Amino acid sequence: MNGREVVLGRVRRALAGGSGASPGPDGPVAYDGVRDYLRVHGERTPEESVDLLAARLTEYRALVHRTDDEGLPELLMRLLSEQGPDEMLVPPALPPYWLSAADPVRVHDRAAVTARRLDRVGSVVTGCALAIAETGTIVLDGGPEQGRRRITLIPDHHICVVRVPDQVVCSVPRAIERLDPRRPQTWISGPSATSDIELDRVEGVHGPRTLEVVLLSGDGHACAGGDGPG
Amino acid sequence: MSATPLGMPAFPDAARDALRDTTLRGNLRHATHTIRDKRARAVAELSDWARLREAGKQIKDHTLRHLDHYLLRLEESVTAAGGTVHWAADAADANRIVTALVKATGEREVVKVKSMATQEIGLNEALAAEGIRAYETDLAELIVQLADDRPSHILVPAIHLNRAEIRDVLVSAMGDWGRPAPDGLTDAPAELAEAARLHLREKFLRAKVGVSGANFMVAETGTMVVVESEGNGRMCLTLPETLISVVGIEKVVPAWRDLEVFLQTLPRSSTAERMNPYTSMWTGVTDTDGPSAFHLVLLDNGRTDTLADEVGRQALRCIRCSACLNVCPVYERAGGHAYGSVYPGPIGAILSPQLRGTGSAVDASLPYASSLCGACYDVCPVAIDIPEVLVRLRERVVEGGPAVRRGTRVVLRPARGHAAQRAAMRAAGWVFTRPTALAAGQRLLSRTRRLHPRRLPGPGRAWSADRDLPEVPEESFRDWWRRTSGGRDSAGGSGREERS
Ligand code: SF4
Repeated sequence: MNGREVVLGRVRRALAGGSGASPGPDGPVAYDGVRDYLRVHGERTPEESVDLLAARLTEYRALVHRTDDEGLPELLMRLLSEQGPDEMLVPPALPPYWLSAADPVRVHDRAAVTARRLDRVGSVVTGCALAIAETGTIVLDGGPEQGRRRITLIPDHHICVVRVPDQVVCSVPRAIERLDPRRPQTWISGPSATSDIELDRVEGVHGPRTLEVVLLSGDGHACAGGDGPG
Repeated sequence: MSATPLGMPAFPDAARDALRDTTLRGNLRHATHTIRDKRARAVAELSDWARLREAGKQIKDHTLRHLDHYLLRLEESVTAAGGTVHWAADAADANRIVTALVKATGEREVVKVKSMATQEIGLNEALAAEGIRAYETDLAELIVQLADDRPSHILVPAIHLNRAEIRDVLVSAMGDWGRPAPDGLTDAPAELAEAARLHLREKFLRAKVGVSGANFMVAETGTMVVVESEGNGRMCLTLPETLISVVGIEKVVPAWRDLEVFLQTLPRSSTAERMNPYTSMWTGVTDTDGPSAFHLVLLDNGRTDTLADEVGRQALRCIRCSACLNVCPVYERAGGHAYGSVYPGPIGAILSPQLRGTGSAVDASLPYASSLCGACYDVCPVAIDIPEVLVRLRERVVEGGPAVRRGTRVVLRPARGHAAQRAAMRAAGWVFTRPTALAAGQRLLSRTRRLHPRRLPGPGRAWSADRDLPEVPEESFRDWWRRTSGGRDSAGGSGREERS
């Protein structure tokens, strides 16, 4: 007998006779339990959600900046020059105007570029899939403005641009309903941190030690839902 | 579990040694209290916490009741997404599978994300025996590995070491494993972390094979989820060409949507954060992004035996948040090593004896390594009634009865007169003679909970087998509690009332 048959056989014997035993491998099973938790904690206007996101991010010691389309190139140039990298990583479809004022040499993440080569690049600039206000989380899902997972992992400095309020959702349930599980995802809440040494928080063991979030304003709509479950 | 704790001292012996270690106790006390208080605040922030907890409990129970269905569904989804699924009945199977997979890549080293499942099966040792070096990449795991020590906390494995001890470990051992510690390294946490960053980056950049566990597996989509803080997880899950994940079969959840529950309850229960710094999710393999080969090893290793017990089964709901450790008055004093397993604290006390059976002295003593104060149940984000399972296991140790071992129904003999029973009784004695442990328990008890155990199982006679121990009567736990003012009087062995 192979491992699969052994394990499945044990599972079935363990469940046999008990209450609500399994209908077998092919039978339909539906979860009919409760989901009466909240979709969103509290009601907020779009502006309030963005403010909450900014506050949460700051608590995680991410650096938060606000600007609009017009101010973005100059802001990005300033943030990059403060870190002073010679080279920066960019995802394949970053809007060109974002970096129209920036100096560092752009490195593109091609298959032939090794991780060791990317390790010499100081900064990365990306967009995001969405951001979660209640938890201060930025979600990347490999979209064209974000690129592969490794580009936001190796450099020490990550600038992430969030379009507000469009890309801001209020809560984790709202994020889950908007995301596609088939895409590789990275959820980021503040820069890398460890508390392993006497529970002192230390920023940065592996990921970028500096996370800057740019809230790029445009038009948007409110978080619906409020207090009601469902 | 394969790592049968042969020669592992029973709980009271190990705990007594730990008590003599004042550094350990100081570190533990500081750590557990810090996390505990922060956690309470993080939880209080969510007005629907009780409902999230209930939903988490029900989703997990539902999954366990239909586990075969969801495992098959998961296998289908992972395979459709380009992954390969392997099934391991026990630790030896799992180690064999992983070793063969690594060898097939031609590599001789792997980078590892902290994973309790791989610790449980002793994977690093199994790989080493085949000439493959496994590098732990979580900072605490790295420290523990360099120190040739064992982790003592689910979440903060090096909680028993202070910064000076950690510095000494890095300085003396890093060079043997790769890039040495920088000259003049002090014990400032930031410097220690930087030394680890440089040491580990060397490994990540050349790694071809990564090994991980997973916090959740979604049956519907085949999505794997790893929740972490440092970013070493992202490194191991992203940079290697081959990724091998060893995951207990109980980690499956039915639907993508179910993650919305656990991604709210796990970080807050665990590190008291609204969200942990990094969560990585992957579904099979994705063109050009991340590993090009993905293997999922589904691990039984005693989980189906645990599933067979309708009371004990709830231990499989555990999402390894470690909240129960941080509130446990016994853990706080005894430390993680005393539990003789990779699963310490209250959850370890119910999980290890179920995964491994109660045959060894340490496993027979674990159900007694508790004051049954109920604090662990109160904080558990999936509402595992740990005291109820402890009582169930005490019954099994003392009275024997039907159980399932390695998939086969057996009838356990009562442990009367057996060494294991004496070990168990001594563990209980150890707990019951710690007035502070009990006082802490009593406060929580009166505040929060009608204690579930309706009686303290086990014949009162058994207590007299070991004369230097307090005697506890066989009566309702609550009656006993009231009569003895929460156990404080029982240390003298007074007031024993025998019921038949
Ligand atoms: S038993 Fe509950 S509280 Fe303890 S680690 Fe598991 S989920 Fe967390």
